[in-house]
Amino acid sequence: MRRLVWRPAELISCVAETESARTLRFRVPGWPGHLPGQHVDVRLTADDGYTAQRSYSVANPTDGDLVELTVENVPDGEVSPYLTEVMQAGDRLEIRGPVGGWFVWRQESTAPVLLVGGGSGIVPLMAMIRARRLAGGRVPFRLLYSLRDPARRYYAEELRRPDPGLDVTYLYTRSAPEGVSRPARRLMLEDLAEGGWPASFEADCYVCGPTGFVEAAADLLLALGHAPERIRTERFGPTGG
Amino acid sequence: MGIISRGFQGRRRDAGDRLPPGQYLVDDFPVLSAGPTPRVPLDRWEFAVDTEAGQTHRWSWAEFLALPQETPTVDIHCVTKWTKLDTTWQGVSLDVLLEDVETAADYALIYSYGGYTTNLPLEDLLDGQAWIAHRFDGEELEPRHGGPARLIVPHLYFWKSAKWVRGIRLLNEDYPGFWETAGYNNYGDPWREQRYEGD
Repeated sequence: MRRLVWRPAELISCVAETESARTLRFRVPGWPGHLPGQHVDVRLTADDGYTAQRSYSVANPTDGDLVELTVENVPDGEVSPYLTEVMQAGDRLEIRGPVGGWFVWRQESTAPVLLVGGGSGIVPLMAMIRARRLAGGRVPFRLLYSLRDPARRYYAEELRRPDPGLDVTYLYTRSAPEGVSRPARRLMLEDLAEGGWPASFEADCYVCGPTGFVEAAADLLLALGHAPERIRTERFGPTGG
Repeated sequence: MGIISRGFQGRRRDAGDRLPPGQYLVDDFPVLSAGPTPRVPLDRWEFAVDTEAGQTHRWSWAEFLALPQETPTVDIHCVTKWTKLDTTWQGVSLDVLLEDVETAADYALIYSYGGYTTNLPLEDLLDGQAWIAHRFDGEELEPRHGGPARLIVPHLYFWKSAKWVRGIRLLNEDYPGFWETAGYNNYGDPWREQRYEGD
């Protein structure tokens, strides 16, 4: 039986994604590898032995002993302010994983893929996009990325670059950039009808974001005729910490 | 002591001895599910217990509501690390539902509308440890939290407390459920931090 052990992880670099989010790249000696969509447990230990654990989705496809997390700062949180504001290259924490065998994309799969991300729910979907690109995958992907305004985009530069077979649609909920015809509003049926796949294509749908967003998106996909067993969800509440 | 994270202070909240290892307290009620939320009309809802001998006991919604009700107040622990203290539910004890069921089974497989399953030893459902709940905090249980009715088995991680519960299959042999075949622990005791396979 496979046992998940805590492994020391050293922060080797970090990049700001937005004003409140950053991507942290860790070296984790002995890392067994992971599938896109999986998450890890992170453990922080204070000087006096006090510990705190949280779960985060992995942002990169498996790459030796490198594990990348993109963390949104939860203003009242206990762990995310440390990861986004305090931690510096050379600092260490512990990582255990990978965890989760359901919300994953496997590159053997031949079904078209629809990714629906709300806010920081983009992170595990980005791991799938990157894994597909790395493998030279031919399976078509469509990404619908819902977010409040353009300043909150993660991976903006990377998603702007051409990636054949990947269509990216931004759906703004509060304020859209100039030149975008869709008014800023919440996710609607027509967004999924236009930016997604017809139900007859039997696409695999991955939906990740805050609970209300995931509930709404999954219900709309059902209304469009997608089979419930093809809709995989990952939700997080406001307290991700 | 393991690896120290330089500059990490933490924000400690005193939960006395009610916080299992690796958990933190929340005041809201996060939702975790693997797929869309099923909607189950009450006139078609039923709860069933299927025995290892092939007998089935069924309750309609009205029959279920007519059973003796309890209102347990319990702490719940999600494998994703959050713990919520003093949650109040209303429902029917499994002791009541299994009272007239003849069985020598050791294991139970819980199954739900929408296809979810989870497994546990039958003894973990007995002796005042588990309920089929249909109200939370004085209100009808919302679909996103498992309504019309869900299992509540608070001494195990909360994924064992199956939402949208439809029935219990009593088995002579253990049969791992949805998360139990996707890398999570077969039993899931939060006090022994049995989160994943091999813990």
